[in-house]
Amino acid sequence: MSEFPGLLNYWLVIVMMMTGFYAMISRNNLIKKVIGLSIFQGAVYLFYITAGKVFAGTAPILEEGFSNYSNPLPHVLILTAIVVGIATVAVALALIMRIKDAYGTVEEDEIQHQDKIR
Amino acid sequence: MIATHLPILQVVIPLMAAPLCLLLRRPRLCWALSLAVSVIALVIALLLLGRALSEGPISYALGNWSPPWGIEYRVDVVNAFMLIIIAAIGTIVQIFAPRSISHEILPSQHTLFYTLYLLFLSGLLGVTITGDTFNVYVFLEISALSTYALIALGRDRRALTAAFRYLVLGSIGATFILIGIGLMYMMTGTLNMADMAQRLQPMLDSRTALAALAFLGVGLTLKLALFPLHIWLPDAYTYAPTVVTVLMGVVTKVWIYVFLRFAFTIWGQEFVFTEMHLQDLLVPLSLIGMLAASTAAIFQRNVKRMLAYSSVAQIGYMMLGVSFVSQTGLSGTIVHLFNHALLQAALFMALGAMLLRVGSPLLDDLRGIGRQMPWTMAAFVLGGLGLIGVPLTVGFISKWYFILAALEKGWWLVASLILLTSLLAVIYIWRVVEVAYFQQPDPNTTPVKEAPLSMQLPIWVLIMSILFFGISTKWTAGLAERAAAWLFGGGP
Amino acid sequence: MKDIIVLRVMAKFFLPLIMLFALYVQFHGDYGPGGGFQAGVIFAAAIVLYTLVFGLAAARKAFSNPILLTLSAIGVLLYAGTGVAALLRGGNFLGYGFLDRVPVQGQHLGIMLVELGVGLTVFAAMVTIFFAFVGKGRR
Repeated sequence: MSEFPGLLNYWLVIVMMMTGFYAMISRNNLIKKVIGLSIFQGAVYLFYITAGKVFAGTAPILEEGFSNYSNPLPHVLILTAIVVGIATVAVALALIMRIKDAYGTVEEDEIQHQDKIR
Repeated sequence: MIATHLPILQVVIPLMAAPLCLLLRRPRLCWALSLAVSVIALVIALLLLGRALSEGPISYALGNWSPPWGIEYRVDVVNAFMLIIIAAIGTIVQIFAPRSISHEILPSQHTLFYTLYLLFLSGLLGVTITGDTFNVYVFLEISALSTYALIALGRDRRALTAAFRYLVLGSIGATFILIGIGLMYMMTGTLNMADMAQRLQPMLDSRTALAALAFLGVGLTLKLALFPLHIWLPDAYTYAPTVVTVLMGVVTKVWIYVFLRFAFTIWGQEFVFTEMHLQDLLVPLSLIGMLAASTAAIFQRNVKRMLAYSSVAQIGYMMLGVSFVSQTGLSGTIVHLFNHALLQAALFMALGAMLLRVGSPLLDDLRGIGRQMPWTMAAFVLGGLGLIGVPLTVGFISKWYFILAALEKGWWLVASLILLTSLLAVIYIWRVVEVAYFQQPDPNTTPVKEAPLSMQLPIWVLIMSILFFGISTKWTAGLAERAAAWLFGGGP
Repeated sequence: MKDIIVLRVMAKFFLPLIMLFALYVQFHGDYGPGGGFQAGVIFAAAIVLYTLVFGLAAARKAFSNPILLTLSAIGVLLYAGTGVAALLRGGNFLGYGFLDRVPVQGQHLGIMLVELGVGLTVFAAMVTIFFAFVGKGRR
């Protein structure tokens, strides 16, 4: 298997992961940070699914005429991770809502500014 | 029949109690339930330790799927010891909780507090007991998500930003761990720790293995708050309700345990330390962490934040113990997991009792508190002495091991730095003592009463055990040595 | 939006279909792709659609907060309870095979109950989250 098409997914995973990571660190707006977090986690889902793909394999359902199946375990694992990801985003957004109530803003520098004044 | 199912009951009882608590709705009933569950968890952990000591590791197959395929719960001396720490601190905190949360958490959220606590407990117990790497991730997130919500229960609005920052950094750490586990799964095709350890050995020099080690290393050190990655910790500790702060002290310890599990059981100390020289990175980071955090603690005006920085320094000690890569150093780390759990719980709870009466953790507001709350302040001083490492307290036992391990290696500089940080601890504890005993209270404030019995009792139980385990080390240090020997033996 | 007749009629037409499909995904989960998580989300989508068209107050009448909390708690209890039931019948935790005298029957029963628990909790959690965010309103 040559490097280019075979490992393309992994390259994409890295690009996507770094995009999310960068957004998480550099953005000032808390909502954008959460979006970055989602992209970051999405990259990991893609990474697991890629790892589970078997070339020319079908969905792992027993059926006449198919003997080559993709590995279903990473899908199951990632289903769990997606649930966790949704929960994380929900908790994060709920926190942001309460931050907005308490501070009146969702910009990190303004929040820090308000805390310094007190 | 029950005996064979103890490993799963350890996790499932708190897990089932959490929704029950939600259904009960009455805070008082929820409190009774979570206290009962914590006590049961402690009893189960003690029974498991007894069995692990006499019969060797216990394995439990979930859903009757035998180990390499199904999820396995595996209890040996190391994690049985850790389970006891978690359950014991949980129990003590629950005795302390009702009075403490009565003024630190809104009454309408008390039921939620107990529900979250039970989820948190089952998450931590699950991380510790499981023998399956992906299961570690799942329980990690159960405990982490409940921690974020628990911190946000704090009444100060800065609790919200602290919780959010912890959420972002904690999720990065967790995702890094998930990537590391994924890479290891790609190489070995298994998630079971024991099986993975065997299959990983021939592939250790591949690039995938190195990437997995890097991801796991960063993820775990972020979670356990080693020096440069500790930035989430001080805010979260300071603005969370006191009971939550005590509980969070256990979280970092569980992550140190997971680090030990991955480094020694799965990767093997030969690869991690002899080939990869991870200690070359860990020793300086731990030392800088100890010095920087202790120094930062001296300059804090908020006592809670001061104790938070002291916790960062203590994490430095524990990671230093690991990076000696000797049985003495590792025993020191494991015994300090227990000892510091007692110390930080006692200190934060004494501070929580003062918060109940004074309403502020600032040093200026605690003037003259030593005469108004003599018992609580005495407990704080004794806990502080333990933190410094005065003989006859548990702190001395751990420091003894660390210094012994440093001298074994001939690292005189490291040994003297350990003593130096103890001196820094003397300074920051003394600042509180001075304010509490030698300064007059502000005449404009009304004098406060001593803390109620329901708070005194758990604090003094902790102080007594700090003194008891400082004198009789048979159970703590003896067990820690067995656990360290077990990890060095490379057993699963 | 409930004064727009097209939306009202189409929503009422789609709602039962969405719910029925959710139930199909729920109960077909042990034979084919599907299961509690997906079903719970699809069922919650029906409630989301209803809320968007008929307003939060109307949706709250059907699913008040105590009801949603109870549902999510019952879901977790059903899941863990199935596991404990297997434990009481002589198997390990979640050993579905022990739920019936015929192991295969027991496995069907076990997976069905567990998925039902998952479905209930996911549905309740999704709707709770949605209501919490929608309920804030604009100020």
